[in-house]
Amino acid sequence: MKWLILSVVLGFSSRTVQTNTVKVYDKFSEFESDYLLNLSSDTTYVINFWATWCAPCVKELPYFEQLRAAHKDKPFKVVLVSLDFKSKVESSVIPLIAKKEIESEVVVLADGKASEWIDLVDSTWSGAIPATLVMKNSKRYFYEKSYESYKELEEDILKSK
Amino acid sequence: MKKIILGLLCTVALGAATLSTNGYQVGDTAEDFSLMGVDDQEHSLADYEDANGFVVIFTCNHCPYSVAYEDRIIALHAKYGEDYPVIAINPNDPVSYPSDNFENMKLRAEEKGFKFDYLFDDGQQVFPKYGATKTPHVFLLDKDLKVQYIGAIDNSTEESDVSKTYLADAIESLRDGETPKVTSTKAIGCGIKVAKQ
Repeated sequence: MKWLILSVVLGFSSRTVQTNTVKVYDKFSEFESDYLLNLSSDTTYVINFWATWCAPCVKELPYFEQLRAAHKDKPFKVVLVSLDFKSKVESSVIPLIAKKEIESEVVVLADGKASEWIDLVDSTWSGAIPATLVMKNSKRYFYEKSYESYKELEEDILKSK
Repeated sequence: MKKIILGLLCTVALGAATLSTNGYQVGDTAEDFSLMGVDDQEHSLADYEDANGFVVIFTCNHCPYSVAYEDRIIALHAKYGEDYPVIAINPNDPVSYPSDNFENMKLRAEEKGFKFDYLFDDGQQVFPKYGATKTPHVFLLDKDLKVQYIGAIDNSTEESDVSKTYLADAIESLRDGETPKVTSTKAIGCGIKVAKQ
């Protein structure tokens, strides 16, 4: 019984920690290795690049949440990559995740030398956000656009295979 | 033989169509424009008689990346503006971003003491010709309006981390009568918001 209580407490505390912190990547290479390389071949990865100050990005976040929920029993992963400045993580990123009740994985990519890594995400990316990368079976599909509805997003995901 | 020629023609036509939708590439000649500035005057590139080229920067008020670069844009104009003036153009739809409307452009120019012209792409006809997709987005033109460099101002949004001054290097190459060594770079920026039809 003591063990059970301990694990409940631990479980609770680790969950609390998760919602109050976000992993910040200072180096693109580390982010790349964690999210763009070494992928499972059966999984669809949807990587959305956004920022709290980007109004069209924030507007489309609920569509990505809906997408995650719709595929929660499938090998399907949504990652929301915030490009906010590092100084804004505590003051903007974390409060927005809480306010929007975002359950998808959120990380902050704070490598300011974007000119050196934009092409590594996709060579067609001009650097504008929002932008979304879909990866499946070692194929990559890149969408430099904002979504006005869940349906629009879903259509692009269906196209990407 | 005819078929081959036809095939070639089609390829060329397709290529041209792609170019026109994507905007200017390095080596293309930019069209002049006439846009209203925050000084309430219409400006065309032809009006800058002493210029040896132009630093056309699509930028705006609302975007944190543009704001992060404001002081660097001011410094570039102070250093090179006599020969290569900065022409800042706000391409955003002011309905989508009220902070980017003409009145707010005037306020920002006043607040920051912009010495360069800050123009409004009213009707959003100019930025698609350039192929600008975000703010800030730089196009360096030579005296003949030939595009010599497209992309980022430098390699870091955080000024203290800058180690490559792409735009300044390109301007200095032109000034020295040379072709810029790096002609295209990328940076993260705010997507340009187009007005709803």
